[in-house]
Amino acid sequence: MKKGTTNILIVGVGGQGVLLASEILSEVAKSSDLDTKKSEVHGMSQRGGVVTSHVRFGEKVFSPLIPNGEADAVLAFELAEGLRWSHQCKSSGITIVNNQKIIPTIVSTGKFSYPDSPADKIKKKNPGARIINAFELAKELGNSRLVNTIMLGVLSQFLDLEEEKWIEVIQRMAPKGTGELNKKGFLEGRKFEN
Amino acid sequence: MEMLLAGNEALARGFYEYGGEFASAYPGTPSTEIMQVMAAFFKEDVYSEWAPNEKVALETAVGASYGGARSIAVMKHVGLNVAADPLMTLSYTGVGAGLIIVTADDPSMHSSQNEQDNRYYGKFASIPILEPSDSQEAKDFVKYAFEISEKFDTPVMLRLTTRISHSKGLVQIGKRETADHSGFERNIEKYVMVPSHAIKRHAIIIERLKKLKEYAEETKLNKIIWNDRKVGVVTGSIAYQHTRDAFPEASVLKLGMGYPLPINKIKKFASEVEHLFVVEELEPFYEEEIKVAGVAIEGKKYFPSLLELNVDLVRKGFEDAGVMEADKSASVETKDTVLPRPPVLCAGCPHRGIMVVLRKLKVFTTGDIGCYTLGALPPLSQIDTCLCMGASIGHAIGIEKAGKTKKKAVAIIGDSTFFHSGMTSLASAVYNKSSITVIIADNRTTAMTGGQENPSTSKTLMGEDTSVINLPDLCKALGVEHIKIVDPYDIDETYAILREEVDRDTVSVVITNRPCMLFPKKIKDTPLRIDTDKCTACGICFSVGCPAISGSGATNDKGKPIPVIDPAMCTGCWICAKVCPAEAIVEDKS
Repeated sequence: MKKGTTNILIVGVGGQGVLLASEILSEVAKSSDLDTKKSEVHGMSQRGGVVTSHVRFGEKVFSPLIPNGEADAVLAFELAEGLRWSHQCKSSGITIVNNQKIIPTIVSTGKFSYPDSPADKIKKKNPGARIINAFELAKELGNSRLVNTIMLGVLSQFLDLEEEKWIEVIQRMAPKGTGELNKKGFLEGRKFEN
Repeated sequence: MEMLLAGNEALARGFYEYGGEFASAYPGTPSTEIMQVMAAFFKEDVYSEWAPNEKVALETAVGASYGGARSIAVMKHVGLNVAADPLMTLSYTGVGAGLIIVTADDPSMHSSQNEQDNRYYGKFASIPILEPSDSQEAKDFVKYAFEISEKFDTPVMLRLTTRISHSKGLVQIGKRETADHSGFERNIEKYVMVPSHAIKRHAIIIERLKKLKEYAEETKLNKIIWNDRKVGVVTGSIAYQHTRDAFPEASVLKLGMGYPLPINKIKKFASEVEHLFVVEELEPFYEEEIKVAGVAIEGKKYFPSLLELNVDLVRKGFEDAGVMEADKSASVETKDTVLPRPPVLCAGCPHRGIMVVLRKLKVFTTGDIGCYTLGALPPLSQIDTCLCMGASIGHAIGIEKAGKTKKKAVAIIGDSTFFHSGMTSLASAVYNKSSITVIIADNRTTAMTGGQENPSTSKTLMGEDTSVINLPDLCKALGVEHIKIVDPYDIDETYAILREEVDRDTVSVVITNRPCMLFPKKIKDTPLRIDTDKCTACGICFSVGCPAISGSGATNDKGKPIPVIDPAMCTGCWICAKVCPAEAIVEDKS
């Protein structure tokens, strides 16, 4: 592994804005003059499936996929997904999880159950994990779709990327008319403590 | 200028920059975005169109190439099976202006029915294959492909895989360059493939392959990155990137041209390293070529043929081969087993109504390629077969003719899939006096790949208005006497009509009339809610498999789960309300 490559794994459920979040992160890395790669699989994601996006940046990046257990950060938009992917986080890395449950239809058939106390299980594996009420915070700010920029704000605390670059990219890439609101969401996340 | 582009976007950009003029394709994951980018950004300079299937896409691109336009035909890996007929003889005729065939393979089957390795098609047709390993190369290799195509009078295969198509990387942007070509010139010995001409052309193709082999030895597409000489690796495509990360100390011969191989270059490389490996995704394609040439090399013994490769699998292969120390620092935490999230039909999907009715009819249901295949999974559990585009109708005819299945056979096929390859099978059903029922699930879009236009949508890829092919008229012209239109949200009426058509002893076609909920625009009506006073927690609403319905966490006095409807997701299609025996699902007026 080339030294100096930063690996961010962003995970969630189709429709949560995982892809836009990873798009924003990649553009911020690119505008910081870093070699940047990003990989995800499209297709079934719109239909309620698991969505994962790998973002890697540094001096020179080869594979677009993060090797097992080498994520510097796992950013999970959903609790069960946080649990599913937290093992990919380095021991020196950070796991950031949105405290929200999205329960798939399959649970209603009785064959599968949603994991009990997923946040505790994540913390057991990654004691430093941050569990964020991003969905609640987004609603307080006036738009439940701000979850992804709030989460990016929290992530930004752990990355050496300039705040102005984040804000420039967020305002450029946010859906029309939501630039200011997304900037606000990002800054809320950026100052989040727990 | 530098942009962060996916392989698909970069390839479309390359087609524009290097003078591409004509593009045709049928949508298919992971290739679809190539054409969407062409139509969205380059329509002033590049004419692009959706063909009804890949065979037509290739034939049309061949015509454009013969006619003097630098052309491209784009498809997913299985699309090339459909286009294999023109491909094999196209190799004989060669091209007019440069011609590229893009095949986007799908190792790991993220969105496909198999993971075939299309490099064998390149060898089969004796045409060169270029294999980009990132977005920059996806753009650059278009230039090489045109040069090779025009210099050697051959179509060129540009092979992507899902990880190349859908990974983003930095790409240098350039200006458009154009090439001058004259129009079609009559030359029947080249363009009319009858036996007497084809014999001569085959000899030319054998010569061409020899020249391409010489080119492969010289081209910059194949390059050596020298590091430690203890281990040498021959690799290409995405496997190159994984190899560089997994084993930075190894020397690498990177193949940008996947066929024909630079055998002399490989032999020389082999002689300069102690241990030689080949790392490639899917089949041992390079490995076979290299071993036949008498070079000692190991590949599939250590690197799997199944599914995509990644850095860990490549590292493990080198560890198993004993040329790399096991990385003890990478002790991976145990993975938690978390519930699966299988893809489901969207809330409000019109296909759901048909599945619910078919289940009640107790028929055998042959499926096809499209969203409705999701009806195979629980709780709908209705689709019984799915093989390839258009197969549903043939399957139904065959099962009926075999005469050993008591249930009646019903085929279900989408509008786009019907235009792709269902029409000829329906002709066969009429001609061969079958009594199957064919449901055309006409949602007026190509939904599974993201809502592309098709001959039933009234718009072209480039956004122009066009005529609509009328499905009932088309079926009538094919000789079907009984054609019915149904509203799939009206379960009772759909059931009554399908009951009658299924029992009929001639071919019937039943066409649904509700559009997709997602494309071209999201449809949302007043949502529904559960009236908990009336709900008996019988669980029947769960059986329609709607993602908007889930357990509320509350149970009735017998411990059965009481459902809840997510008002943000519910589109108000009323299918669940129609199956609820307690009439406990009502409009959510809040």
